[in-house]
Amino acid sequence: MTVKGERPHALTDAPFHYCPGCTHGIVHRLVAEVIDELGIEGKTVGVASVGCSVFTYNYFNCDMVQAPHGRAPAVATGVKRARPDNVVFTYQGDGDLAAIGMGETVHAAARGENIVAIIINNAIYGMTGGQMAPTTLPGQVTQTTPYGRDVKSAGNPIRVCELLSSLDGVALAERVTVDCVKNVRAAKKAIKKAFEYQMAGKGYCIVEVVSTCPTNWGMSPADAIQWLRDNMLPYYPLGVYKDVGEGEQ
Amino acid sequence: MNEKVLMKGNEAIAEAAIAAGCRHFFGYPITPQTEVAAYMSKRMPKIGGVYLQAESEVASINMVLGAGAAGVRVMTSTSSPGISLMAEGISYIAGSDVPCLIVNVQRGGPGLGGIQPSQADYFQATKSTAHGDFHILVFAPSTVQETVDMISTAFELGDKYRMPAMVLSDGMLGQMMEPVVLPEAKEPDNDSKDWAVSGHGGKREHNVVNSLYINPQELEDLVKARFERYEVIKENHQMAEEYLADDADIIIVAYGSSSRVSRSAIDAARKQGIKVGMIRPITLWPFPEKVINKHVGHAKAFLSVEMSMGQMVDDVRLVVNGRVPVEFYGRTGGVIPTPNEVLEQIVRINGGVQ
Amino acid sequence: MSDLNVLFAGFGGQGILFAGKVMAYAAMIEGKELSWLPSYGPEMRGGTASCSVCISDKAIGSPLVVNPDVLVVMNLPSLEKFENDVVPGGLIIIDSSIVHKKVARTDVNVVYVDASKLAEDNGLKGAANMVMLGRLFKETGFCSAENLDLGLQKSVPARKANLLDSNRKAIALGIES
Repeated sequence: MTVKGERPHALTDAPFHYCPGCTHGIVHRLVAEVIDELGIEGKTVGVASVGCSVFTYNYFNCDMVQAPHGRAPAVATGVKRARPDNVVFTYQGDGDLAAIGMGETVHAAARGENIVAIIINNAIYGMTGGQMAPTTLPGQVTQTTPYGRDVKSAGNPIRVCELLSSLDGVALAERVTVDCVKNVRAAKKAIKKAFEYQMAGKGYCIVEVVSTCPTNWGMSPADAIQWLRDNMLPYYPLGVYKDVGEGEQ
Repeated sequence: MNEKVLMKGNEAIAEAAIAAGCRHFFGYPITPQTEVAAYMSKRMPKIGGVYLQAESEVASINMVLGAGAAGVRVMTSTSSPGISLMAEGISYIAGSDVPCLIVNVQRGGPGLGGIQPSQADYFQATKSTAHGDFHILVFAPSTVQETVDMISTAFELGDKYRMPAMVLSDGMLGQMMEPVVLPEAKEPDNDSKDWAVSGHGGKREHNVVNSLYINPQELEDLVKARFERYEVIKENHQMAEEYLADDADIIIVAYGSSSRVSRSAIDAARKQGIKVGMIRPITLWPFPEKVINKHVGHAKAFLSVEMSMGQMVDDVRLVVNGRVPVEFYGRTGGVIPTPNEVLEQIVRINGGVQ
Repeated sequence: MSDLNVLFAGFGGQGILFAGKVMAYAAMIEGKELSWLPSYGPEMRGGTASCSVCISDKAIGSPLVVNPDVLVVMNLPSLEKFENDVVPGGLIIIDSSIVHKKVARTDVNVVYVDASKLAEDNGLKGAANMVMLGRLFKETGFCSAENLDLGLQKSVPARKANLLDSNRKAIALGIES
């Protein structure tokens, strides 16, 4: 990867509000670079969700609409159906996509809604201060699982890519992470493929980025990266869970 | 002019919306409004429009938010429980200044309630649609023809003031057929909203459609600006019909289906020599305060007739403000009051004002 | 005739709503104010069906006919349910092929029409509703004969145009009954 000095055009000049060591900034940049490289900023509409990424409408230079918690897939559906020539993406957290918004997510995916969903899976609710997410690992301590997530009472984590990959409307379901240069490069490749698939009309594409939340995990950024590798990646293996391929469907 | 046809209220809503240039409909089936969706599903594909059956009312209204934010004329329709599910989305739409049309073909509640006609969603429509300080335009037609005419007005005013508009119908108005002349069809105008998110094309700054304002002062300023717009609407867009009201000692205030029942009762009472008339609010928000106020001199009593336990009566009382008695008669749960029941109330009140 | 409030009632599937619709269309062509209101909901599915048709020279108030001037009734449960609602001096038209009970009231006019049998004997099975409508037309003259036929034409969808003639015949049977 070429490390560019300048900001991608698709990012505004607004400084990110994210905590030190949080990977949101990296993922924002990857999405923006893809938008730049595809030359689609002028026809892209992003859908901001509720969670730490709620302010994405301040960070992306394309048109943005802010959705209620969990409803980004429905809002994106409305935008896309109204403006089929626009490129539409949602940027959601794990709680937004897989808890309160699971209904909208599954149905947008099942319809093969021609949108891209970028999901940040950091196994915790960040914005509200560290509560259990649908992706919180078994035994993981959060503010609302103070004794560790007991799957017998709090239920099991949801592996989103695996779940959605069974649906016919899904064109791409890929899990990536951004813990090192190699993986950042793979993440960008996945994001770019998702946007290209949308432009080719292939259907719903989801790129799940396994991410860190040092603040709410109570770790240094470096420790958080290591914790991600040791605990999250075994539970959420990286890889392509569905890919309809480059050819005609 | 179009030919006069016989149409169900629900189908007329759909056709009128199409005539008003609406090409985007998102909804979820619920009795007694399903004909709106069914009609749209038949028509939209043939005219290059979008009909999408969402997975829930929650999704429907957020699809409306997305399409409305993208600048197209968009609508949904549902019945009472569906509005409850849409509440969150309506608040976001209002808070994002996005216009849209929401149709509520009311049925009895609370809960799953029933499927027969009701007017028990008056408070919900006019006062407590969802969280936060906001209003939506609320239109209450009483005939199929008026429903058709209201659809276009609702879209136009929604666009003008950038806010959601609701047509508050009910199971009776939705299911009944009456002769109707459809308006001349307008071409969709989906490209004139300069605030919409439809891609900046490199020609302008990026647009943001948003209802989040983390700074309290910023939010207060915005809400206050919106309420100044509401005052303009209150001043200019109150609508009501007056029926035999000018010489009336007793004035019934009733909207939609209950106004039709009241009209029958008034005709019967007039035959008995009782001077009774009606003010029929056509807009419920803004509430037609001016016309009610105008009649408080000669009218010695008001009677709010509703298919609820008494909701609009509160607004009538606020306007009348204790100057003369304001009484209430209602049936609820899907029961439609009969003209005779209303007549009995008129006779009773008339006995008291002699 | 200035006001006419008719209640059609019977089983779902007998064409109760359709009979009301033909009447409503005919009245519209006649230049009258009118409304047509069906019962709806679970009772549509196999149970009883009814519809209210109001015709007037003035705007229609309540479209729900609570006290019909004319009750057109095609099953026993509906007769038992609505008999006492008919206005004194009103009319009850009964399909006597199906309803064998006589009307107990003495303050209303009653017409018994062997509608279902008449229809079946003439190869018009399923058109008893139109026989009943024909008789209603004969009794009340709610529109001209020409407009009744135009109303029928409006009510039969294009894809079922082949049913137009059988409906016409059934209406004629009712008028002759």
